[in-house]
Amino acid sequence: MPSPIITPDLVDLGLEAPDRQTAARQLAQRLAARGRVTDLDGFLADVTAREQQMPTGIEGGIGIPHARSAFVTEPSLAFARSTAGVDFGAADGPAHLIFLIAAPDGGGSAHMTILAALARRLVRASFREALATAPDEQAVVDVVTKEVLGS
Amino acid sequence: MKLVAVTSCPTGIAHTYMAAESIEQAAKDAGHSIAVETQGAAGAEPVPADVIAAADAVIFAADVEVRNRERFAGKPLVVAPVKRAINDGPGLVSEAVQAAEAGPAASSPATPAAAGTATAAPAAGPAGLTTKVEQDSGFGTRLRQWLMTGVSYMIPFVAAGGILIAISFIIGGPQVATKVFGGTFHGHTYPAAITGIESYTIAPVLHAAGIAGLLFLIGKVAFFMLVPVLAGFIAFAMADRMGLVPGFVGGLVATATGAGFLGGLIAGLLAGAVVLALKRPKVPRALAGIMPVVVIPLISTAVTGVTMAVVVGRPVAAATTAMTTWLHGLSGTNAALLGLLLGAMMAFDLGGPVNKVAYTFALASLASGDTKIMAAVMAAGMTPPIACALATVVRKNLFTPAERTAGEAAWLLGLSFITEGAIPFAAGDPLRVIPSMMAGSAATGALSMVFGATSLAPHGGIWVIGLIGKPGLWAAAIVAGTAVSAACLIALKSLRHTAPAGGTVSVPGATRVAVGA
Repeated sequence: MPSPIITPDLVDLGLEAPDRQTAARQLAQRLAARGRVTDLDGFLADVTAREQQMPTGIEGGIGIPHARSAFVTEPSLAFARSTAGVDFGAADGPAHLIFLIAAPDGGGSAHMTILAALARRLVRASFREALATAPDEQAVVDVVTKEVLGS
Repeated sequence: MKLVAVTSCPTGIAHTYMAAESIEQAAKDAGHSIAVETQGAAGAEPVPADVIAAADAVIFAADVEVRNRERFAGKPLVVAPVKRAINDGPGLVSEAVQAAEAGPAASSPATPAAAGTATAAPAAGPAGLTTKVEQDSGFGTRLRQWLMTGVSYMIPFVAAGGILIAISFIIGGPQVATKVFGGTFHGHTYPAAITGIESYTIAPVLHAAGIAGLLFLIGKVAFFMLVPVLAGFIAFAMADRMGLVPGFVGGLVATATGAGFLGGLIAGLLAGAVVLALKRPKVPRALAGIMPVVVIPLISTAVTGVTMAVVVGRPVAAATTAMTTWLHGLSGTNAALLGLLLGAMMAFDLGGPVNKVAYTFALASLASGDTKIMAAVMAAGMTPPIACALATVVRKNLFTPAERTAGEAAWLLGLSFITEGAIPFAAGDPLRVIPSMMAGSAATGALSMVFGATSLAPHGGIWVIGLIGKPGLWAAAIVAGTAVSAACLIALKSLRHTAPAGGTVSVPGATRVAVGA
C-alpha cells in the first residue's frame, strides 16, 4: 500500500500569494519539508515549464500546477485555499482552490492511477464544494482520502 | 448515441483524467453511452476495436498527438483542446452528436479502412512518438512548439555525435580530424583517408587515425543526421506521421546544399505545411485509402525536396560565393573589425553556410601563414555552446528540461570547438538565441584579434591550447564572449517569460564558472 498522497501538513487553508509562482513555491516547500520533493528549485522549474506550456487554471476557481519530476519521491498532493485568489490563467478569474500535484518521473502505473482518480474528482462539483468548506486540514485529508482511495 | 473519446495532455497526470471525467459525465447526463481512452501517465487502456467500430462519433480532447489515431479513421470527429473538455463537457458532447448526425453513414459498421487499421494498431504499441504541440495556442506559440518538438528529437544526436568527436580528440589528439579528411595541421600535411562520411570505408580511417579516427567518423555521421532529424520532427509536430518523409528528405537536401540548420528549419516547416495543405481537401473514399500511403508522401516530398534544392539551395550557394569574395576583399583592413565580423558569422548559423564561409576563410588564411584569424574564428566558434550551457545553469527556469540536458553536453562541445552544440538552443528559439550568440562571438573574435592570439591548429578548441599563441589572452577572449552571450540570452529570454520567483544567480557568478571551466 503506498503512503497517503496527502497529509494534514500538506494542506494550507489560508494561502496568501501574489502570483502562481509564489503559490506553487509555498506548496512545494511543504512537500520538500516532508521529503516528498528532493530539490525544491528543480521541482519548481519542472512545474514552471509545464505551466508555461499552457496555464493550468480551469473554470470554477481551480488551479492545478503539476509536474512529473525526477525530484519527486512519491505521488503527492499539496492543497491550498486562497480567499483572495491566485491567477492561474483561467478565463473566469483567479483560483481559490489550488492543487499542487507532484508525480515521480517514470512512476509505476499503480501510483499514477491514484493521481488519475484524484484528477477525475477535481471536475466534480461535490468534491470541490467539500474541499471549499472543509473546516480544518484533517477534514481536507479525509475528503481526499475517501474520494480518491475509497472508490 | 454511442460515442468514443480520447483525452491526453502534456504531463498526463491531471488534465487527461479531468477531461475524461467531464466528458463521461456530460455524455451520461445527455443519455449517450461513451467509452473514453485516457492516454495519460497511468497507461492508456485502448478502447476495443469493436467499440470504435460501433461508435457514432469520436471526440479528441487532446493537447498532444493522439496515439494511433488511425484507429478512428472515417468516423465523424470533434477535436478540442483538453481544457475545453474540462470547462464545457456538455458543449463538446453536443458537438459530437451534431457531427454524428451530419456525418456520412456513421452508424453503419466501420469502414473497411478503419477496421483494418484498428486491428493493426496494437502491433505498433501504445507508446507512440509524441509532440509538444497544443491545439488552442496562437500561431507564435505553436511555431515554437513545432520547433521544440524537432529540437527535442535532435538533442540526443548532438550529444552523442559531439561527445564522440570530443572523445576522439582526447584519445587521438586534435589532428584526428585532419588525418581522416586530409589537410594541414601544425605544418604536417595529411592525405585524406576518405572523401566524406558517405564513403563508409573503414580500413583507411583505421589505418590513418586508429580507433580515434573511427570514433570521429561515427560522431560526424551522427552530426550528419542533425538537420534531417530536426526537419523531420518539425514536420511531424505539424502534420503527424505523414510529415516525417518530406521533413527528413527536405532536411537531407538542406544538408546536401549546405543550408545548415536554418535550412533545416525551413525544410521542416515547409514539409509540414505542404502535408497539412494536402490533407485538407476531401477526397473520394476510393482514393482516401492511398492518400496517406502514396499520394501525400509522394507529392509533399517532391515539393519540399525541389523547393529546398532550387529555391533555397541555389541562393545559399550564390550567397556563399559572394560572401567569400567579399571577405577576401576585406583582408588587411582593421583587425578588430575583421575579428568582429568573422565572430558574428561563426555564430550566425552555427555550422551552416555563413559559419562555413568564415571558417573556410580562416583555413585559407592559415594556409597562407596568417594564424591570428584562425585563433579568432576558433575562439568565436567555441563561445556559443559554452554560453548556452552557462545560461542553463545560471537561470535554469528559462529553459525546458530538454534544453537543460543539451546544456550539460554543450560544455564539452563548446570547449572542443564544436559550435553545433548550440543548435538545439538556436533551433528552438532562433530570434533570441542567434543574436545573443552573435554578440558574444563577435566580442570574442574582435578581442582575440586585438590581443594578437594565434593558432597553428584548424580545430580542436581547448585541446590544442598548446598550439595557441598568447593562450591566456585567447582564453580571456572566450570567457568575455561567453559572458556577453549568456547575459544577452538570459536578458532576452527573461523579457519573454515572467521572471520566476527567487533562487537565481547573477551574471558575475556566471563569469566565475566559465573561468573555472
